[in-house]
Amino acid sequence: MSALGLYVPGDSVVHRVPAGAKLAALVLVGASSFLLDRPWQVALFVATVVAGYAAAGLPLSQTTRQLRPLIWIGGGAAVFHLVVSGWERAVVVLGVLAGLVLLAGLVTLTTRTTALVDAVVRACRPLRCLRVDPERVGLMLALGVRCVPVVIGLAEEVRDAQLARGLGSSPRAFAVPLIVRSIRHADALGEALVARGVED
Amino acid sequence: MPLIEVREVTHVYGQGASERTVLSEVSVRLEERRVGVVGANGSGKSTFARLLNGLVLPTHGAVRVAGLDTATHGRDVRRKVGFCFTDPDAQIVMPTVAEDVAFGLRRRGLSRGDVDARVGSALGTYGLTGYADHPAHLLSGGQKQLLALASVLVTEPEILVMDEPTTLLDLRNAGRVSVLVAGLPHQVVLVTHHLDLLEDFDRVLVFDEGRLVHDGSPGTAVQHYRALMG
Repeated sequence: MSALGLYVPGDSVVHRVPAGAKLAALVLVGASSFLLDRPWQVALFVATVVAGYAAAGLPLSQTTRQLRPLIWIGGGAAVFHLVVSGWERAVVVLGVLAGLVLLAGLVTLTTRTTALVDAVVRACRPLRCLRVDPERVGLMLALGVRCVPVVIGLAEEVRDAQLARGLGSSPRAFAVPLIVRSIRHADALGEALVARGVED
Repeated sequence: MPLIEVREVTHVYGQGASERTVLSEVSVRLEERRVGVVGANGSGKSTFARLLNGLVLPTHGAVRVAGLDTATHGRDVRRKVGFCFTDPDAQIVMPTVAEDVAFGLRRRGLSRGDVDARVGSALGTYGLTGYADHPAHLLSGGQKQLLALASVLVTEPEILVMDEPTTLLDLRNAGRVSVLVAGLPHQVVLVTHHLDLLEDFDRVLVFDEGRLVHDGSPGTAVQHYRALMG
């Protein structure tokens, strides 16, 4: 499974909770996370989320996989708080951050993208009066998820081409072709969407 | 088979100094079950393919599919004409396999069970049954093209237009795709550089520099094309 942590099929309690409820819970927990300010509260929060992974039948190695991309930001924040406001604050900040990322990961791992998209589409329905097309919001979301691995693939191709031509690691020789390829891909994707009847 | 009519089509990209005529005065009527299209890179054959489902609207002239003009009835034409692109990555819209197949069935007023049944049978036909919840980006190139094909055919078009569907595939996967295409009941318009795919075709068109330069049986067309390239 990729770093994106896409859906892992399963039949656990966590899998069966409706997508809308999971998303709402994620938003709620995220919004109220500032209320946690003692290390024991944060520990309890993280332990609950990890228990959620176990309940979903996911291997615990998934949790470290979810947290790995956080190393730089999390490490930086921890050092900053250690210096500025002491170890307790550092533990709280790092713990809340890790807990939220794990929770978000848990939601994506146990929910099909279609179900998530449908939930967002339903939630966006009231925005119709502001002339927002909920279906379009949903499509944008799905395309976003789909495009991450595609762009990673393009980046790998560009890097390989760069190495093959002995260009070393010039940032410009990497960024320019990557952007050009991404835009060309976007063009082709737009054409495919039209061909598949999205605009109709 | 539905009739595809291309009447005196000229197509121009760009304006002013960058103006480029990619098709000039192409007229053709296609009713055969298997139609091949060959030509060099830049000969206009991809643009020709895109005319057939209204992805490209001709600068001059008109294209009709089963009596429907692509300029005024684009939506109805696209329901009849499925389109398969060269690069399946650009065509796969949803993150997982089954979701991508189901994507084309949205807004058709089908029940959930109906959609699942159709998706399931399409995955079976194209050898993707075990991959329903698999992320699309982890499929091999050949499997991606099969997925793209499944996603198009699940919507039950009458005509299938394919723009070099085997160009990016290895020999085995190209073979799989061509066997599948040979077995389809649909009318197929296939643009390709793999001339051996066209052996059993009813008719083959050869494009060169935006013009339709040959129109005949696969044997004579391939001969003409080879002479042109030689």
